Amino acid sequence: MNITKQLDAKGLACPMPIVKTKKAIDTIESGEVLEVLVTDKGALNDFKAWAQAGGHTIIEQKEEAGVLYFYIQKV
Amino acid sequence: MAINTWTAADVARKVIDNEELFILDVRNADAFEDWKIDGHKFEYLNIPYFELLDGVEEILPKIPTNKEVLVVCAKEGSSIMVAEMLSEEGREVAYLAGGMKSWSMYLEPIKVGDLESGGELYQFVRLGKGCLSYMVISGGEAAVIDAVRFTEVFTNFAKEKGVEIKHVFDTHLHADHISGGRTIAEATGATYYLPEKDAEELVFDYTKLEDGLTVQIGASKIDVGALYSPGHTIGSTSFVVDAKYLLTGDILFIDSIGRPDLAGLAEDWVGDLRETLYNRYRQLAEDLIVLPAHFMIIDELNVDGTVSKRLGDLFANNHGLNVEDEAVFRSMVTDNLPPQPNAYQQIRQVNMGKITPDNDEQTEMEIGPNRCAVR
Repeated sequence: MNITKQLDAKGLACPMPIVKTKKAIDTIESGEVLEVLVTDKGALNDFKAWAQAGGHTIIEQKEEAGVLYFYIQKV
Repeated sequence: MAINTWTAADVARKVIDNEELFILDVRNADAFEDWKIDGHKFEYLNIPYFELLDGVEEILPKIPTNKEVLVVCAKEGSSIMVAEMLSEEGREVAYLAGGMKSWSMYLEPIKVGDLESGGELYQFVRLGKGCLSYMVISGGEAAVIDAVRFTEVFTNFAKEKGVEIKHVFDTHLHADHISGGRTIAEATGATYYLPEKDAEELVFDYTKLEDGLTVQIGASKIDVGALYSPGHTIGSTSFVVDAKYLLTGDILFIDSIGRPDLAGLAEDWVGDLRETLYNRYRQLAEDLIVLPAHFMIIDELNVDGTVSKRLGDLFANNHGLNVEDEAVFRSMVTDNLPPQPNAYQQIRQVNMGKITPDNDEQTEMEIGPNRCAVR
């Protein structure tokens, strides 16, 4: 997987992870992948719903040591 | 425009006083569908906050200017953001401090009635989750029944009333919410009772709640009497307080009945449920006032905010008490049940003392509606 951009949103509470992710995704091209690191557990459902609403694809997600990793491919 | 901050207590007043309110819920559609703040006269608009990042202009026409508007989210962060955006557009709005998390935790103590010799019975209504706890007060002493985990609400209330908590009961091993019973007992030196049949896997000391047990509260003659009434769990026990009130736990609700499946033994327990509802309860006085451990929908609230109804009225009107055919009844309470409560297996483990999650984890487990009933 080619990661174009990385966003560290660890320690941030809702709504900031999504706010920052939206800004970051606006800076990459269609088909490129953004990696986001989040610790807010509420992000799990929010990222899914946000990506769905915007047409983006979460091509992978995982949890390691309390950190959620999302790999989002821009529509 | 200034942004107002409302507490869960403010919202509870709106619900109980039957007032109008417009709620802009900015959580996910799924979360909103699953669980929201219910009010008789509330109106709702659900738009996830992430659809409003570019501005709120599009939704302005949908937000009334002639009634109070409350923005709600899971914790509060997103609702503050959206409230600020609306405020910048000249709208006066409020947000709910602590979001649905604080709503889920809030308890409103409401007096149900007076007992003999100056005693009182209080119902603690957890509006956000539908849990109902009780405190019987008399002669400087108190008994607490089915306390939820916000134990300071009960200990502080007892302090305010100048009474000492002597007895703490759980009608059964709860699966939808974490019991505060053990903690209250430890903090006050009170005795903690649980039905033995529900306590087989308990890892801490307790006192057996047995059929026919009677305790007196205070010097006066307020009896709290236990009545074995299995079906929701195999140990489920009801209480008759002051020969006037019937605390039914999760066996009988106002507009529904208990479900027998939360310990994975629906087929085994359905017969007990039938026996309790169609035989044991039938032998009680119809003038007893039923006080359940849950409500499911806001329509079950009385005008004063309490949840209670005469037993005879329930025999007449509660669908679950009027299924003549046993096979139909069996099918109703074992097939097509609603989804089980969030994390119910973990919650049972917590109530057995087997796991001790921290406060945030407990909050997560209790997210969502209680779902203990079959309608």
